[in-house]
Amino acid sequence: MPGSVPQALNALCAGLILIAAFAMVATRQVQGVVRFFIVQSLLLTASCFLLGYSRGSMHLWALGAITISAKVIAIPWVLRRVLPGDYYERREISQVVNIPASLLIALLLAIAAEFLAGPLASVANDPVIRVNLPIGLAGVLIGAWSLIARREAIPQLIGILAMENGAFLAGVAIASELPLIAELAIAIDVILIAVVAGLLTRTIRQTLGTTQAAALGELKEEPVSWR
Amino acid sequence: MALMLIVGLPLFAALLCWIKPLRRAAWPITVLLTWAVFVLSVVVAVRVLAEGKVIGLAGWFEADGLSALVLVIVSLVSALAAVFAGGYMRRTEHEEQARLWWFYSNYNLFAFALLVVPALAEANLVWVGVELITLFAALLVGFETTAGALEAAWKFAVLTIMGAPIALFGFLTLFWAYRSAGGEWETWEGLRSNAAAMDPNLLKLSFLLVFVGFGAKSGLAPMHTWLPDAHSQAPTPVCAVLSGVKTTVPLYVILRLLSIVLASPVARLGQWMVVLGLISVGIAAFLLLQVRDYKRMFAFSTVEHMGIILTAAGLATQAADFGAVSQMLNHAITKSLCFYVAGVVLLTISTREIASVRGLFRVSPFAASALLFCSLAIAGAPPFPIFLSEFSILSAGLRAGQYAVVAILAALIVIAFVAILMHVNRMTFGEASTAFDGQKLLPPSCRIAVLAGAVPVLVLGVYIPAPVNDLLQLAAHQLGGH
Repeated sequence: MPGSVPQALNALCAGLILIAAFAMVATRQVQGVVRFFIVQSLLLTASCFLLGYSRGSMHLWALGAITISAKVIAIPWVLRRVLPGDYYERREISQVVNIPASLLIALLLAIAAEFLAGPLASVANDPVIRVNLPIGLAGVLIGAWSLIARREAIPQLIGILAMENGAFLAGVAIASELPLIAELAIAIDVILIAVVAGLLTRTIRQTLGTTQAAALGELKEEPVSWR
Repeated sequence: MALMLIVGLPLFAALLCWIKPLRRAAWPITVLLTWAVFVLSVVVAVRVLAEGKVIGLAGWFEADGLSALVLVIVSLVSALAAVFAGGYMRRTEHEEQARLWWFYSNYNLFAFALLVVPALAEANLVWVGVELITLFAALLVGFETTAGALEAAWKFAVLTIMGAPIALFGFLTLFWAYRSAGGEWETWEGLRSNAAAMDPNLLKLSFLLVFVGFGAKSGLAPMHTWLPDAHSQAPTPVCAVLSGVKTTVPLYVILRLLSIVLASPVARLGQWMVVLGLISVGIAAFLLLQVRDYKRMFAFSTVEHMGIILTAAGLATQAADFGAVSQMLNHAITKSLCFYVAGVVLLTISTREIASVRGLFRVSPFAASALLFCSLAIAGAPPFPIFLSEFSILSAGLRAGQYAVVAILAALIVIAFVAILMHVNRMTFGEASTAFDGQKLLPPSCRIAVLAGAVPVLVLGVYIPAPVNDLLQLAAHQLGGH
């Protein structure tokens, strides 16, 4: 399958992105989750540059530059500034499901993604799509799972951003000629998401003294038997 | 030009509210410019009726019948809610008074995002627009920094922003399908005309991803759980916009995409939309029975109406589409009225619990009669507009031979009707409970908003003016039913 060197390297990056997604599920500290997120974003950038080089597409170069400035530099910096040190470095994240079970579910999601996206990818007859589409979908699903399995605000936020990484990984393969303006707008949007969520987290912490999303449990309907 | 002004004016207003010397005048600025936007939307709608299409910036900003209808709905509701906000927000906590300029600035940005989505012709930017709506809405929901408001804002942000990457995946797939089919610049029109050539599996996948992502934003079950929280905790004028149009706009995108999928001869999804719509209506109807907070009650009613619109669009006949777009209009004007009234009731008796309100008529005849009026209207009693559009959806279903769908939908609508009126009946009639100590004076701007909001609800129930009817027909035509 590997046709050229950039393609083979891209396949390597995609594989490592999937591993980074698993690592994010397996990590217990906020700092670790953020670090693996940075690694994943760097790999995504590499994938963008590789495809941008091999396809000669300016859009992909731009997207790579945006990814590195937003997700590798800006967002981790904002998080570090906003969060108190002991929370960031030491506290364990409370999980709904224990980590081995969580990893097993992530694995099942990755297999499901392969089965869902595989037939679609074979339509295109492009080896890059064949690699990036299933792994991108797996990234989205695993990100969604880590969002559900975790009870704290920052890991949830990183989960959303990891989902976005997955969507972009598929995107660089299937929509590499996307108009530049749309990419710029999307990038601005990603930064805005992080800023808004960061602001909200800070106000929540100032008001409640915790960022455990589970502590936010006041608004509920009365329990109903069939639910 | 008018179309560009519609998009530009709210941004300009947001900027004006930021400027220090003008901060005290944030409310008048907001009211003035939102009404200007409403007038411009009407101008655009009139021109669309005459010419079929208004172009702001070719390929980027264009308006057809459906966009013009959504523009009018959004601008009307946001203008009325801005009037209502004047008196209501002055009653908030002291420390929040100093941040009111920030509230109005954000409100204008929220209005901008809501208006930009229907005005856009380029499909990928629509995703960005919908995300912007979510972000500004989350900031507005958490404006009152109480624990409850922050919880609602966080739930809202996580649940709806989680939809963003999923919808993004959907839009990228759509772009892929469009380019593979030989499409050039990706506009709604281009997608529509290339629908037959696109790979049906890709089209289906992209629709489903966008449906999951944006369905959460428009409050379709089972992703509706943020909706009652946000609506009970946000400042009331924000609730009116959230419930009236913030849910309608992502649904507008879903319906646009559905019309493209339906234009493809292979990918058939109508029946699924009917089923999912009915599930939303059903869940909402039963939750309405046991709700304890009247703002949450109106919120669940929004879930119900979104379900009804989706069901109608899924039927995919010309008549059902007409019902769907009329329901969009009628729900937006009626539901925003409901929230103005809920705000008035809250200002009068300062509680949101249904159980602790009795005999409202003896405390405040104005609030009680308004509550009764808007509840009858939102529940769908004749002669109100929602009755008309629900009736036209049901009869369109009968004509399409979907007897089971019509029977289920009618039964669920009746359950919701009974539930809403049961709660409101308990609140308005009977002996006044001793819980509230004397009536506070209502701010005049709140009264004006309630009275002005009631006018279209009254008029459209008995008489649909010819231009409105034409616009609805044109919009229904764009949904592409057979």
